[in-house]
Amino acid sequence: MDTESRIPTRMGDGELVRMTRSEIRADLEAGTEAAARRAKVPPLTEEELEHLLDIYGSPARFTGVDIGAEVVLSYDGSGMKTIASRRQDLQIYEQWFGADTIELHHVDYSFKPVKAIVPFEAQEMHEVLLRVVAPVQYGAQPNLGLYSRPDGPVPNWSELLPQGQIAEARAAQEDAVPLAVKDMVYVCEAMYEAGADGVDFDTSAAAGDADFQATLLAVEEVRRRCPELGIEVGMSGEFVLGMHGEVEYDGVRLAGLWPREQMKLAVRAGATIFGPVVNVHAGKSCAWNIARACTIVKPCAHEATIPVHMNVGMGVGAVCMTKYPPVDAVCRASRACVDILKVDGL
Amino acid sequence: MTRGMRLPEAKAHVAEKLGVSPGDLSDPVGMNEIREKLGFGRITTFEISHPTQPVAIEAKFNIADVLGVPVNSVRRFETRRVGGAPQSVRARPGGAAT
Repeated sequence: MDTESRIPTRMGDGELVRMTRSEIRADLEAGTEAAARRAKVPPLTEEELEHLLDIYGSPARFTGVDIGAEVVLSYDGSGMKTIASRRQDLQIYEQWFGADTIELHHVDYSFKPVKAIVPFEAQEMHEVLLRVVAPVQYGAQPNLGLYSRPDGPVPNWSELLPQGQIAEARAAQEDAVPLAVKDMVYVCEAMYEAGADGVDFDTSAAAGDADFQATLLAVEEVRRRCPELGIEVGMSGEFVLGMHGEVEYDGVRLAGLWPREQMKLAVRAGATIFGPVVNVHAGKSCAWNIARACTIVKPCAHEATIPVHMNVGMGVGAVCMTKYPPVDAVCRASRACVDILKVDGL
Repeated sequence: MTRGMRLPEAKAHVAEKLGVSPGDLSDPVGMNEIREKLGFGRITTFEISHPTQPVAIEAKFNIADVLGVPVNSVRRFETRRVGGAPQSVRARPGGAAT
């Protein structure tokens, strides 16, 4: 007969379930082992697993880091006319939510559509900067897919690949890269001139390795043109998909890179903040997911020479894949990332 | 965020400039007094009766001065205030900026 008390905890899809401390411990062990096998990195130590068990085995509604161990809270996608105008929303993020950095963005959230309205976006950036104290970034996605048909000029590699037209699909991605780089540099430079404190290449590599190559090439050029600009490279997944399979940056093949190698290339290109991502397995518990996330990101966080801001939000970083992430799941994941990974921000 | 400093290094830098310990930086009570003293801006909802104190970009000028950190927005607004026109930063061949 099971005599252990059951603790309320979450599944990766947000479902509230009750598990015993032993079950949570077993999930933590399974999560770190799965990550170690997959990413070919060391599993978490016994001490780290025990600490995660303390965090996830608590029935408390809320948990947090030790006093004095707080980290920077940066926000992608803040200021999206949720309550008022974009600039008023950003003031709210600073004044009411305590955001350490805020981010202006357009609702389309990709560099390509922003290109056409960049004078208006740059003016909005100027107006926002007059009204806040916190550093202001401009955020958008590289989104290489927008350069393929029917949205863009080059053939659609997602249609070519299933037809077995590998060479044509690769050529299409190679043709899209310089177009994306040009747009990203154009938008970033306009924001720099307006006064932006930083730019955020968010959800990088979403379209695969060529998407990541375009991002790194853009970062390199933006760093050259805008020496005092903060540059954040946030990823879209834990693993760079090989949609092309052969593209490189600075002699390194991009397909299949994990967070540590992604970070090293971001540093080489000129980024000043790196945002690793580990996707959530919705069918596993949050305890399983946090052990997996920490295991995958630990080598990246420990070897980084620039700040690491772990992505901890819906569907990533062991936060449930649901529209309204429960605060119990968010605070546990946040504390775990700070305590175990020693990240600089979230 | 522009220098790529990791958090312990960044906290140590700011703490030294402010004459406090790194742990003090996240104490809202102590920091509210320091922010008032140095003109770093505070939560206007509660400090609404201090109309003569710096807020927003005014406070950011003070932060850049005290911390000795280049802040792009501050530099841009300073340039516009003095010169009356935005300074182009488009790189010229060879990397020099105007």
